[in-house]
Amino acid sequence: MMHVANLDENRDPLLIAEAWMKDGKDVAVATVMETWGSAPRPVGSHLVIDTEGNFEGSVSGGCVEGAVVAEAMDVLDSGKATMLEFGVADETAWEVGLSCGGRIKVYVERLG
Amino acid sequence: MDPHSLKKLNAEREARRAAVLVTNLDDGRDRVICEGDEVAGALGQAVAAGLRSGRSGLVEADGTQFFLNVHLPPPRLVVIGAVHISQALTPMAKIAGFDVEIIDPRTAFATPERFPDVPLLAEWPQDVLEKHPFDPYTAVAALTHDPKIDDPALVSALQTGCFYVGALGSRKTHAKRLDRLTAAGLSEDMLARIHAPIGVDIGAASPAEIAVAVLAEIIAAFRRRGLADKREGKAA
Repeated sequence: MMHVANLDENRDPLLIAEAWMKDGKDVAVATVMETWGSAPRPVGSHLVIDTEGNFEGSVSGGCVEGAVVAEAMDVLDSGKATMLEFGVADETAWEVGLSCGGRIKVYVERLG
Repeated sequence: MDPHSLKKLNAEREARRAAVLVTNLDDGRDRVICEGDEVAGALGQAVAAGLRSGRSGLVEADGTQFFLNVHLPPPRLVVIGAVHISQALTPMAKIAGFDVEIIDPRTAFATPERFPDVPLLAEWPQDVLEKHPFDPYTAVAALTHDPKIDDPALVSALQTGCFYVGALGSRKTHAKRLDRLTAAGLSEDMLARIHAPIGVDIGAASPAEIAVAVLAEIIAAFRRRGLADKREGKAA
């Protein structure tokens, strides 16, 4: 219909990833694959990251994006996808956590 | 993620078509499955369930773990008629998550004062639709009581396969409508898709109550909509 801008090309992470790819950039895509408790972003949400650490989208309310971006640098280097898990009670490898008390699983992969 | 998958997924999303990105977490490979594509086995069932519910998630199929990211177009409601019922239906439908638009060529009805915060097209439906056609994720509620305005929208909605098509009017009014639309060449099967008299039967009396009945019927149609019947299957 008249006003339909179906997707917002300035905010939609998957459109941004495609645009970055067309610009010749290497891009990592992070996806929320599982949530428990009060996770701020639903399953399927994306954060996309380029090699300079620019990112768009979100996988949490901002609590773990920094850690995901850091991990994305390794994924871009190696090309190997990885599954990250964040949670407030999680005492394993991750220092960052979700203050809301939820837990999330985030898959990080390279585009191409 | 395969760049081809990303391009295909974005193209489907921009065209307002449902699609699922399926990622095999054992080998990292992915592919895009469009609504209407045939997928066999447990994975196919999970994809079909995802398309119905709109929910993404991890699934186990044939000993392999997959992630299904389901992308449904946001449902849209086009109301034909800037009438009293529409004044109640518009805010309710927006709260329920629909993009709402109103078409009514009668400029006395279609005023921003009566309909703040909603796209209002004071044009004939056929003129609007020529530029911006309906799609299967659109619900159409024809509420003007005027065949000159309602009928062209109903014909287009039925031919497009809109997930909901409803028309206001008594049984008698609807019988006359069916005669006109049959004469216009629409099949019996197509005409059977029109919800008329409009709305779930809750004994609605006031315009606001009718709006509740209509919105309930639209939501039921959206959540139970048939799959794969309006699109040609193509290989993923």
